[in-house]
Amino acid sequence: MKRSSWAIPYALFLVVFVLLPLILVVVYAFQDSMGRFTLGNITKFFTDRDTLSTFAVSLEVALENTLLCILLGYPAAWILANRKLNRSAVTIVLFILPMWVNALMRTLATAELFNMLGVTLGKGTLLFGMVYDYLPFMIYPIYNILDKMDKSYAEAAADLGARPGTVFWKVTVPLSMPGVASGVLMVFMPTVSTFAISEFLTNNKIKLFGTIIQENINSSMWNYGAALALVMLVIIGLSSLLSGGEKEEMQGGLI
Amino acid sequence: MKRFFAQLYIWVLLVILYAPLVFIAIFSFTESKVLGNWKGFSTRLYQNLLTGDMQGNSSLLQAVENTLLIALIAAALATLLGTVAAIGIHNMNGRSRQAITFLNNIPMINPDIITGVSLFLLFVFLHISQGYTTVVLAHITFCTPYVVLSVLPKLRQMNPNIYEAALDLGATPGVALRKVLIPQLRGGMVSGFILSFTMSLDDFAVTFFTRGTIGLDTLSTYIYTDARKGGLTPELRPLMTLIFLIILVLLVVFNVRQQRLAKKTQRV
Amino acid sequence: MAEKIIEIQHVSKSFDGKRVLEDINLYIKKGEFLTLLGPSGCGKTTLLRMIAGFLAPDEGAILLDGKEMGDLPPHQRPLNTVFQRYALFPHLDVYDNIAFGLKLKKVPVDEIDRRVRRVLKLVAMSDYEDRDVETLSGGQQQRIAIARAIVNQPKVLLLDEPLAALDLKMRKDMQIELKEMHRKLGITFIYVTHDQEEALTLSDTIVVMNEGRIQQIGTPTDIYNEPVNCFVADFIGESNILKGRMIRDRRVAFIKHQFDCVDEGFGEDVPVDVVVRPEDIYFTTDPQKCQFKAKVNTCTFKGVHYEMWVDTDTGYELMIQDYDPYPVGSEVMLYIDPDDIQVMKKERTANVLEGKVTGDGKVELLGGEFPCDTSAYEVGDEVRVEIPFGGVELLDNREEGILSGEVHFILYMGDHYHLTIKTDDGDFLWVDTTDIWDKGDLVGITAAEKDIRILGRL
Repeated sequence: MKRSSWAIPYALFLVVFVLLPLILVVVYAFQDSMGRFTLGNITKFFTDRDTLSTFAVSLEVALENTLLCILLGYPAAWILANRKLNRSAVTIVLFILPMWVNALMRTLATAELFNMLGVTLGKGTLLFGMVYDYLPFMIYPIYNILDKMDKSYAEAAADLGARPGTVFWKVTVPLSMPGVASGVLMVFMPTVSTFAISEFLTNNKIKLFGTIIQENINSSMWNYGAALALVMLVIIGLSSLLSGGEKEEMQGGLI
Repeated sequence: MKRFFAQLYIWVLLVILYAPLVFIAIFSFTESKVLGNWKGFSTRLYQNLLTGDMQGNSSLLQAVENTLLIALIAAALATLLGTVAAIGIHNMNGRSRQAITFLNNIPMINPDIITGVSLFLLFVFLHISQGYTTVVLAHITFCTPYVVLSVLPKLRQMNPNIYEAALDLGATPGVALRKVLIPQLRGGMVSGFILSFTMSLDDFAVTFFTRGTIGLDTLSTYIYTDARKGGLTPELRPLMTLIFLIILVLLVVFNVRQQRLAKKTQRV
Repeated sequence: MAEKIIEIQHVSKSFDGKRVLEDINLYIKKGEFLTLLGPSGCGKTTLLRMIAGFLAPDEGAILLDGKEMGDLPPHQRPLNTVFQRYALFPHLDVYDNIAFGLKLKKVPVDEIDRRVRRVLKLVAMSDYEDRDVETLSGGQQQRIAIARAIVNQPKVLLLDEPLAALDLKMRKDMQIELKEMHRKLGITFIYVTHDQEEALTLSDTIVVMNEGRIQQIGTPTDIYNEPVNCFVADFIGESNILKGRMIRDRRVAFIKHQFDCVDEGFGEDVPVDVVVRPEDIYFTTDPQKCQFKAKVNTCTFKGVHYEMWVDTDTGYELMIQDYDPYPVGSEVMLYIDPDDIQVMKKERTANVLEGKVTGDGKVELLGGEFPCDTSAYEVGDEVRVEIPFGGVELLDNREEGILSGEVHFILYMGDHYHLTIKTDDGDFLWVDTTDIWDKGDLVGITAAEKDIRILGRL
């Protein structure tokens, strides 16, 4: 009857393929290429102007992308979840549908579209492409939580004398924050770490942090690459702590 | 009026979202080498793709085959591993449950590049030569958490006495699992599988770091290398268009069926 | 005497170190309808699940037909269960649900068919065999769940709160059907419920349980008329539970009046608890018969009878049920027949605790330090301490108490409440108070120095 033991194989799997690799990131980050302990990789990150500025640019782009996604995505999610404004369940599917087409291909097409329209590739196109790629990841969790939200909260607020605007800002928005939080989690860090997308959308003019990690790993600078990955891990840890770290809203509902 | 603006907003977003896809689709019907250069209507690219006759670019088809095969194997194994794990986790409590849920969340929160780099370091550390197997293992790593999260709610919804009812009626634990538990979890397993399959198909970063140097390409890495060489294989355009159409049809069928099912249960 | 089909010997069970069953001894006669009755968390379902084989006892044995069942897994026990919320297999239709057990036993197809049809007829669901179980109403699902169990011809049918999910009307109808089914099938039923009325209606024997222990075993009439303690009296039916004093055999005092009764053997001048059912207090106009006077406080029509609360001339509140209403505010004369006074031995007359003197004027009890006159004792002495029920004080604010806990059980005693308080560590304290608390209220617990008395060293 001890069915809890069924989790053991997966627990072992997680230890080997999730925990151990993360430990290795830390270990490699504190070693030089000969396997000796060093703080050099970390200090190199904090003293290398190029890396630092790339890092700053990445955070900036990620922040802007996240904000844009919230600004554009929240109203969309709210409209989609509102039965009076949107009667068809198909519209939400239409938002998710493009995610099934290869992201790189979509990004390349976007870049080519800009080329054809005569728009110079740069920061603007990068942000557009990022929003384009990540908007569904923001809309979906917010939509999910708004859709499942008990309507009686809003009704209770209205009953207590709140006007529609007040109901929205004082009840609906605060209650949907967990959805926004998991949206942020799914947009912010992936933006920092993308490499292919930024390369395509800016014609290699703007490097993001992911590109630097990739370049280091690919040119066998594993230790420095690991140190850079560690920097990201620390930020992920902090940001998921801040946003509550739950991602359960995803729950297999993507189809 | 409010409804009109709301719908307008939604459709403007959708038009922007679909513009690049439509762009690809339109230019899949011309022969030009470069996207955006219209050289007159032609179905030549479709012919090339379907006959497999592409001037020296046959590795595209190999990449498609790899992508599908890896996704199929990874999704199947992830579904098996994740379902068994979910049953275990469902019956756990306290610390150990917290610990395993925490570990299960990590691959979902980690950006692909971290998963990719960390697994790359693991394979380097263990001196495992990278290739097909390591890519499949890596894909199982980031897919299984989603299977666990798809199956767990099914377990929670399930009447906890159902398994016991089967035992009570004379079923051995094995029979009870096969005849009662699995049929109840099927929905969660299927959506876990589909989710895994599509995520594996779409993955780029993890594959990129774990495929090694033996020249293994999936569609994503193929496109990446291709684009960096400058100039995409033109046949990718009809390929993407076809993939999009297939998914569109599948989703429409799935949703229509879903809605019909919902209506049926509502009536009852 | 009928033969024992199931015997439960010294069974105990703990979950995570928490005792849920304590030394249960019980036998069940062949063919009887036995009900395990008690509030949620009393251990009744745990006991049923042990009989079914889903749980193993920590200590003790469960015997079927005189043979110990030991580790026999559920699928090898000749018992079947009707589960709470039915647990029908949603992916199978009615017929396949019922045939599930028979198919596993490799019963020939034509016999399966015959037996399934027979039980469907028995539960009056003959036309439903192809139906999807999720399209059935609660009552219909219940019938299928019973059919699925009895088609296997178990020696004993276990029913775990089978009617709890049904509405009142449906529940009443199903009670009659269950009773009828029990008569027709002639097999033993073990029934678990928290509904005392259901238990009284259905059972041959009722086992009242609370806090993991059996409180009383008896026929419905025994249990109703002669509850052995306050818990049973309060749990089964309505009752007036009052503090009393046995003056001598056949003479008891309560509500500051003396009454004749039929109980003997308690001794003289002994504190007791007294139970009087509300329908056993009679109105009279004959001053000769009148034992005490009261004023009607409220009067509510309850369908068949009127329920009245009266204030006695001595300041107690009593509940009375009568077919005739008496106007609110009127003075009435009342009497109680000796037969209708149920005298019960007091389980305890004060909180008696073991503690330790920790300093001058301080004693540690249940993990908290209480002020206490320790002049005759030394630091480190292990002592027995008494706090009267009225000496324990409850506070709204948990933090202000020396200990904290929650209100676990409430008994109204006519002019005050007798509360059972469960401390955060799981210990119990009993409190008399006139303040109104609700079950589950979180409270701070304290006691004044004057109320804490050291009885002596351990």
